[in-house]
Amino acid sequence: MADVSREVVEHVAMLARLQLTEDESDRLQKELGRILEYADKLQAIDTDEVEGTSHVIPMTNVYREDQVGVSLDVEEVVANAPDAAEDFFRVPRIVEE
Amino acid sequence: MYGLAFPKCPLPIPNSRRKVIQMPMEPMIGLEVHAQLNTESKMFCSCSTKFGAEPNSNVCPTCLGLPGSLPVPNRRAVEYVIRTGAALNCQTAARCRFARKNYFYPDLAKNFQISQYDEPLTHDGYIDLDVDGEQVRIRIRRAHLEEDTGKNIHLATGSSLVEYNRSGIPLMEIVTEPDFTTAEQCREYLTQLRLILRCIGVSNANMEEGAMRAEPTVNLVDRETGEATPKVEIKNLNSIRAVYQAVSYEIERQRRAVAEGREDELFQQTRRWDEDKGVTVLMRRKETSDDYMYFPEPDLVPLEPEPEWVEEIYASCPELPAERRERFCTEYDLPRYDAEVLTESRQLADYFEETCKRFEGSAKMVSNWLMGDVMSLLNEAGITIDQSPISCEMLAELLRLIKEDVISGKIAKDVLATMFETGRSAAEIVEEEGLEQISDTGALESVIDEVIEENPGPVEDVRAGKDKAIGFLVGQVMRKTQGQANPQMVNEMLREKLT
Repeated sequence: MADVSREVVEHVAMLARLQLTEDESDRLQKELGRILEYADKLQAIDTDEVEGTSHVIPMTNVYREDQVGVSLDVEEVVANAPDAAEDFFRVPRIVEE
Repeated sequence: MYGLAFPKCPLPIPNSRRKVIQMPMEPMIGLEVHAQLNTESKMFCSCSTKFGAEPNSNVCPTCLGLPGSLPVPNRRAVEYVIRTGAALNCQTAARCRFARKNYFYPDLAKNFQISQYDEPLTHDGYIDLDVDGEQVRIRIRRAHLEEDTGKNIHLATGSSLVEYNRSGIPLMEIVTEPDFTTAEQCREYLTQLRLILRCIGVSNANMEEGAMRAEPTVNLVDRETGEATPKVEIKNLNSIRAVYQAVSYEIERQRRAVAEGREDELFQQTRRWDEDKGVTVLMRRKETSDDYMYFPEPDLVPLEPEPEWVEEIYASCPELPAERRERFCTEYDLPRYDAEVLTESRQLADYFEETCKRFEGSAKMVSNWLMGDVMSLLNEAGITIDQSPISCEMLAELLRLIKEDVISGKIAKDVLATMFETGRSAAEIVEEEGLEQISDTGALESVIDEVIEENPGPVEDVRAGKDKAIGFLVGQVMRKTQGQANPQMVNEMLREKLT
């Protein structure tokens, strides 16, 4: 089984902004190991001759022309927001990094 | 083993690395510049990019990141980055992709920014700078395309407000190699880059408005041993002057820390420029390299700019400000200062050249009038040269009237002001208001005699060889003729009469 350190689990959790309990971390350490084990299998395949694929559709150069279209009404913009103040979205205070 | 390359908390510097770094060390500075592109619509949707609109009025499902929306790249934004690449001697990629930069911060509603990562649109260029007479080449690592973020307003009440009008405006990131060694070089680079971006019409590059932002990375390096201080990034710079001051300050701060062995002050960090205090202030330590989990953007297909298109963009790259400045010095025999001022804007430089074409006289005269009276009229009215009511044909005509002694330079200033106000031609104004210069000896003679009569003192002085006094007498004649006398002629006639 691929060895995933506890630091990796904590790091990934931090990147995803997840707060894990000790039990969850234990479980995820094992599960991530199994996932990576599967990735290892794929890694074993010789792909030297294969170009990396980010799209399954063989297509390039899809553009739009620089033309202004219609935007949403501000009422619609904030309609789904959990919290809004006047025409702004309101979020818990974010400290500038 | 899937190990980790980051410590979890600030680490003390191990003793093994605590050695005194030998002076002298040279500054090593890199610059990252973000410039908003001058497009009508956003990068991936058709919302307007107009500045100063009502909050959240230029947003749509795509720039709000609503489920089911899909981005489509703005062709003009791609063209502008390629054009910038052409101006900065870069190579444009035959194929490139967009990437997702993932992070948690509400300035983008999607939780990621569409950017470019390992495949920038253009790369490996350079810019040559003239810094106080020294030629410096700065290598450009890359210029890539991404989307701008929204704006946050932090309230005292413990919440923040977010608005997304700016979110999705096309943003170009230009990254240099760490080739700068002085703050002066950084200043010159930003000055030239701004001129270039304006000249090629891709960005208004106004730092005060946030349309251009610069982030320097500063450290010191011993070029012989390769030993270096940790890199420091500086943020919150709203002008070229601020960049210059912050970089100067930071070089000094690091130098002093090295010289005085205060290595606890030397660590990888981000600092903020405090404009009022004139110092850089620690914002945060950087224990880890940023982990943005980049991956290819699955909603966008790769770009393969057509070679014909790219060639066309490169071929149509206009003469850049630095070249034009040199040409103005040689072709028009202008002083360097004039050439610099005139090439500050492409429109002004065009206007100058167009006027020169229409005026059979000295280019320096065109330059003087343009930089002096024309510019001050424009500044007073708060408009730019391309909005001037005085066309280059009209200015050329005015200059011709001066050159042919039809009007004096002094009268010409008033005529110019009237032209500016009314849009009428110089010849028309001169004719209607009877402003022709008096170059008729007969007409001048009587005025000169009057002046000699009325000013015996100065007349004696001139006769006694005090040359200065003649200026006074010329001035008197000019006054009596309301500035319409030809001063050159008055001068000559006075000399003839008095010596």
